[in-house]
Amino acid sequence: MRLHIKNGRVIDPASGKDGAGDVFVVDGKISNEGGKADKVIDAKGLVVAPGFIDLSARLREPGFEYKATLESEMNAAVAGGVTSLACPPDTDPPLDEPGLVDMLRRRAKSLERARVYPVGALTVKLEGTTLTEMGLLADAGCVAFSQANVPLADTQVLWRALQYAATFGFSVWLRAEDAWLGKSGVAHDGDVATRLGLPGIPAFAETIALATLLELVRATRARVHICRLSSAGGVEMMRAAKKEGLPVSCDVGIHHVHLCDRDLGFFDSNCRLDPPLRSQRDRDALSQALADGAVDCVCSDHTPVDDDGKHLPFAEAEAGATGLELLLPLTLKWGAARKLNLAQTLARITSDPARILGTASGRLSAGAPADITLFDPQASLRVSADSLKSQGKNTPFLGYELQGRVKATIVNGNVVYEG
Amino acid sequence: MERNPQLNANGELTHLLSIEGLPREILVQILDTAESFAGVTEREVKKVPLLRGKSVFNLFFEPSTRTRTTFEIAAKRLSADVINLNIAVSSATKGESLLDTVANLSAMQADIFVVRHASSGAPFLIARHVKPHEHVVNAGDGRHAHPTQGLLDLFTIRHYKKDFTRLTVAIVGDVLHSRVARSLIHGLTTLGVPEVRVIGPQTLVPAGVEALGVRVCHDMKVGLKDADVVVMLRLQNERMRGALLPSAQEFFKHYGLTSEKLSLARKDAIVMHPGPMNRGVEIDSSVADGPHSVILPQVTFGIAVRMAVMSIVAGN
Repeated sequence: MRLHIKNGRVIDPASGKDGAGDVFVVDGKISNEGGKADKVIDAKGLVVAPGFIDLSARLREPGFEYKATLESEMNAAVAGGVTSLACPPDTDPPLDEPGLVDMLRRRAKSLERARVYPVGALTVKLEGTTLTEMGLLADAGCVAFSQANVPLADTQVLWRALQYAATFGFSVWLRAEDAWLGKSGVAHDGDVATRLGLPGIPAFAETIALATLLELVRATRARVHICRLSSAGGVEMMRAAKKEGLPVSCDVGIHHVHLCDRDLGFFDSNCRLDPPLRSQRDRDALSQALADGAVDCVCSDHTPVDDDGKHLPFAEAEAGATGLELLLPLTLKWGAARKLNLAQTLARITSDPARILGTASGRLSAGAPADITLFDPQASLRVSADSLKSQGKNTPFLGYELQGRVKATIVNGNVVYEG
Repeated sequence: MERNPQLNANGELTHLLSIEGLPREILVQILDTAESFAGVTEREVKKVPLLRGKSVFNLFFEPSTRTRTTFEIAAKRLSADVINLNIAVSSATKGESLLDTVANLSAMQADIFVVRHASSGAPFLIARHVKPHEHVVNAGDGRHAHPTQGLLDLFTIRHYKKDFTRLTVAIVGDVLHSRVARSLIHGLTTLGVPEVRVIGPQTLVPAGVEALGVRVCHDMKVGLKDADVVVMLRLQNERMRGALLPSAQEFFKHYGLTSEKLSLARKDAIVMHPGPMNRGVEIDSSVADGPHSVILPQVTFGIAVRMAVMSIVAGN
């Protein structure tokens, strides 16, 4: 199968290329020459970019099929231009056994949509006591190991887990949240939570846990990726850790570079997120750090929640927001606010997460997997329950008019979505 | 951001969910209306026909005797039919969702829902889902708000002190968990009280409370100095011992109101408490029963204030 994408504005953040050009695909790979194409796609007026890579998207299978199914969320992924996604292990049961991982990968593959990279559980049932069979899980296809949003309270287990992972070169992806300080809190501990009478999670719940993690990285040299940084203090610690040369990286959720605790308004449960939306100052620091590279990349932290889980008083509502289909428009909005060019902006959802995931996609160079997204950066999109393919309609951006519409998504050389 | 959900398109009060965000005029309207009802409660026939034919559903998802009773009396004095539902021991334990419960009661032709719930914001959720002619009155949600208590506190202060704009008000105790304190603070600052102090140990003062327009004092002697009004908050039993406080005795030593500490306040200071009181924990009996105490009048005023609130929302 040969594809020829012509007349587009080709942007490859990995090489910095941005200009008119052709993209050829031969047998699932990007190629310099096309020869006679089986299919020609006219990309006039569109950006042709590497498919987006999302380091955190919950597909809700197995266990939470009433909130979303693999099918609905994989459709949402490609509709959002996401061609590779990592899914955290907080399914039911959690991804702590090779059989479960294998099944998930087969199911995902059979749908022929985006590539799915399972992140295995670091501890059995995410309970924080017994290490999982990381070697066997890696053989089954796990790209990293994580506790999802469940903090690991026992620092001795954490230390052992990092030692073990470091021994075999496995990556460990962890949230930085102290198990005790974060306990029972539902909003950033500050004047908004005080006004609303919501139990708070202080910013130092993140920085204290981060200090512990960084100290353990120093001791073990484990490769650690910090997920969903949420505070200005955390940003500064990551900056220093990278300068020191520790093998660490980090990401931020797309909501956290746009929203802060004031957006909770009158108890908007769509703003109930994990980690919580923090102060304006924290949000500005995260947005800045994503621009200057202290934060490596941005992810959707896609978490579809059904109405039963959200139509509840704020503290009882389930945390999370749907995000796969908003990753592009919200990233463009962030880039525009930071006055970045499109290549710099798109790097945060293509080449940068590709580096952390350790995949060859996320670039348009010859030989790379032909994962490509075509989008119209000018076309607007009104966010509504009807416009979202995801089964989760839970987003603080409902009713917003955003710019950036995906027109076609190509995975492994096959057109899997046309909008 | 969405419009303040307790006001209609004309800016009139259609639900009472929180004192925060209410303009001064509405607060004064409620207090003035309550003033006119205060006479009713002293008449031989204690009824006015304002809510005749209307149904008031007391929806208490959290147990309460006092607040529920005063709402019931207030509704009856307005000639409404009152239905008391103690949801804490019925639907909620059977797994019915909050909104399903409300939808079912709504089908029984309710006009006013008086709601108490352990979760902050629950009355906002209900207000967003009721029919246009139905009104929601918050009777206490989590730590967030207890607006009718705040209003009756304001009514009491106005009754004894007349002018809000020269007062120093001290609020003492467990501010962290107190919906009463939050509602009162918003009311006081809206009505122009120049100095509102909150007094308590760091463990019981919530983060960033200064943003509400108050001064934080950890030393009660400093906090009570020249206060015109002293509001003591209830300390829940389960919080008297643990990581927040070592013991009730130690709390009383530092923050219990005694005659000696009260002598630091103005000579004509009034002492208030939302009840129920823990004598010997937050307040000494000699103060609770002493000449400065207006704790029982607060309860009486509470009925007139709740009558005012229900009649105003029902009319908008």
